[in-house]
Amino acid sequence: MRPSNETELSEAIRDAGGPLVVRGGGTRPVGRPVSGEVLSVAGITGISLFEPGALTLVAAAGTPLAEVEAVLSEGGQRLPFEPMDHRGLLGSEGVPTLGGMVAANASGPRRVQAGACRDSLIGVRFVDGTGTVVKNGGRVMKNVTGLDLVKLMAGSWGTLGVLSEVAFKLLPRPETETTLVLEGLDDARAVAAMAAALGSPFEVTGAAHLPDGRTILRQEGFAASVAYRAGALAGHLAGFGTCARLDAGESADLWAGVRDVATFHAAAGDVWRLSVKPSDAPDIVTKAGGRALYDWGGGLIWLLMPEGCDLRALLGPINGHATLIRANTATRAGIASFHPAPATVTALAEGLRRRFDPRGILNPGLME
Amino acid sequence: MDMPKPDTAVLARREQIVAKLLGILPPAAVIHDPTETRAYECDALTAYRCPPLAAVLPATTEEVVAVLRLCHAEGVKVIPRGAGTSLAGGALPTEDSIILGVARMRSVLEVDYPNRFIRVQTGMTNLSVTGAVESDGFFYAPDPSSQLACAIAGNIAMNSGGAHCLKYGVTTNNLLGVTMVLMDGSVVELGGAHMDAGGLDLLGLVCGSEGQLGVVTEATLRILPKPEGARPVLIGFDSNEVAGECVSDIIKAGVLPVAIEFMDRPCIRATEAFAKAGYPDCEALLIIEVEGSEAEIDEQMSLISSIARRHNPVELRESRSADESARIWLGRKSAFGAMGQINDYMCLDGTIPVSSLPHVLRRIGEMSREYGLEVANVFHAGDGNMHPLILFDANKPGDLELCEAFGADILKLCVEVGGCLTGEHGVGVEKRDLMHVQYAPADLEAQLRVKDVFDPDWLLNPAKVFPLDATESRRVA
Repeated sequence: MRPSNETELSEAIRDAGGPLVVRGGGTRPVGRPVSGEVLSVAGITGISLFEPGALTLVAAAGTPLAEVEAVLSEGGQRLPFEPMDHRGLLGSEGVPTLGGMVAANASGPRRVQAGACRDSLIGVRFVDGTGTVVKNGGRVMKNVTGLDLVKLMAGSWGTLGVLSEVAFKLLPRPETETTLVLEGLDDARAVAAMAAALGSPFEVTGAAHLPDGRTILRQEGFAASVAYRAGALAGHLAGFGTCARLDAGESADLWAGVRDVATFHAAAGDVWRLSVKPSDAPDIVTKAGGRALYDWGGGLIWLLMPEGCDLRALLGPINGHATLIRANTATRAGIASFHPAPATVTALAEGLRRRFDPRGILNPGLME
Repeated sequence: MDMPKPDTAVLARREQIVAKLLGILPPAAVIHDPTETRAYECDALTAYRCPPLAAVLPATTEEVVAVLRLCHAEGVKVIPRGAGTSLAGGALPTEDSIILGVARMRSVLEVDYPNRFIRVQTGMTNLSVTGAVESDGFFYAPDPSSQLACAIAGNIAMNSGGAHCLKYGVTTNNLLGVTMVLMDGSVVELGGAHMDAGGLDLLGLVCGSEGQLGVVTEATLRILPKPEGARPVLIGFDSNEVAGECVSDIIKAGVLPVAIEFMDRPCIRATEAFAKAGYPDCEALLIIEVEGSEAEIDEQMSLISSIARRHNPVELRESRSADESARIWLGRKSAFGAMGQINDYMCLDGTIPVSSLPHVLRRIGEMSREYGLEVANVFHAGDGNMHPLILFDANKPGDLELCEAFGADILKLCVEVGGCLTGEHGVGVEKRDLMHVQYAPADLEAQLRVKDVFDPDWLLNPAKVFPLDATESRRVA
């Protein structure tokens, strides 16, 4: 099914006779595999509002992300959270959509400074499991009117409702960027260096430690300001070594690779994504034993593990959560992709699903 | 304003309920003498008052669990209360309810600079959180005007903002985790020192839920390194339209100030008479603050000033020193006090798309003449959050009702132009019955279903947020 507007989407869900596989561009096959009829939102497209003076965008959920980014770029703005393109890592094809990005709460390296997708999302329209159209939030960035279902929809992977429209707070595109590079730090020293950088007033918008041993720190803004802050930060980090400096083009290419986890594209194995307390990260990586890419100053770990390995069983309890992002269908059917929550939290999540999707037809089981 | 009829069965058992509360809490933590419960009869929305059945002040999460378990078993409604600074009546009691205040829960539990968070009990005031980390060069970003008094619990309940949220976001963008007690006494941990949810984003749902879903007893908050410096520029204009265009042009030029505050002529005149900050007598005034090193501030200031000059300002005053900065902020920070000197006032909190500013201000001026009540406008112009202050005389019969009707019309206008009823104060009882203006029945129903999951008996913070007619079947069930 491929509805071309919200009314058709509502009818399609209302009239559905069984489970639906909800899909935007189909580029993010994550979670427990779901079988059912495919419901594609890719036919519901179009930017209905872009107001640069108000830092606001409203668009249909099926609008290709690339189209939105091009329009925003033209207006000197961007989505703040640097959404990841999963195609390279997952070997998927298709065109990433705004709705899919929101359903995955896809947030890249800048999350550490500008927030996640859910932090920039200011309004949604969606169709719940009964076919009812619901709106929440709106097009203004300060809005506390009623319960915040906007945040709830971000990262719900189509299990509570199918998004038809999304609204964002934007940020200006910076004039330039640069990246400082430290070489040869072990993981613990690298996390300490990133903490020192992120705890400084010099506005770091990306802090990653790569499997090749480089520790990279990005700064963005007006040229003179970036030049000043890069110098100040290099001085601040003198105890960790001498920083090399990348120009804007090199910096942009490097961070696109971090964002999309390029280092694991061609590597065999399962890929896990862990959100943890940054200072815990080196020990977790040691215990796991896989190759690691640290982003968010250590708060986000991308781990390459042997196929079929149950990382959570290996690690035991952690402060945070581990999500299985890439694995074959059999592994994803056997190991929960999403981190099991305590019983009280699970009961709340199940209660919400039952009320938003009483027939259990929207991506059933995907997040379990 | 209508409130539901009190539960007579609960009122009849008042003595037994108090005795049971005294059985689980220290005597000083249970306030039941009618002369003392009056201290809890209202919050900062003082027009409405009702003493609660009793008030309790637990000191720990365990004591909150005990209170909620008891109230759940007894079918007693509970009103969570932070510091009682809500302007929307978020902590207004009912006769048959217990006030659960977090005022005794004020400890810092953990400060972690390498991981940039602080974990606190939620009775701590907003400003004291920054106070706990500022000597080490950090701060907690959300800065509501009431930050000296308001509690983190209330900040989380209302998803509080402040003047600096254009750059740093509001509470929900700075909240990493909570310990929350549900109405049945079960404890839920959401989030923590890590970022984002592993499953559904329940933390995002809880933030701004106005005490409808649970009682948040502990919070993990993101702290940020203090900027090297900050300075404001003051710019006066002959028209609201031009001031609005100037804001839009600054944002389009890629500058992201930490704050853009807007005051209209009635507000400028009132604050000038009160605080004598030396503001020009003009139609519209902008205060724009930028951050960074001295050189970075100079660069941003010169860009902002060059944009502003294209709009022919009547005055443009860049701060060059801490003293000048303080003078520029003095009037803005005195605005509410200044209005209070003139008369009673009601402070509204709608948000509008920034582009609608001139239209909305014009319409508010027209309505002001129709209602015969004066209005002054203070406004977070960068994010569209308006604070019209309507002046009225509480001693003049009918004036409060007239003021409320005027306020409702302004909020309806905010919704009409694409905005919302409340940007940072919350719905509370104040805007409860206006929710129909912003939300269709299905939109409200989706929110009520969330409440059903967290508080199936509808005992937490009754008769708030949702219109009474929309919740009636659930409340009597």
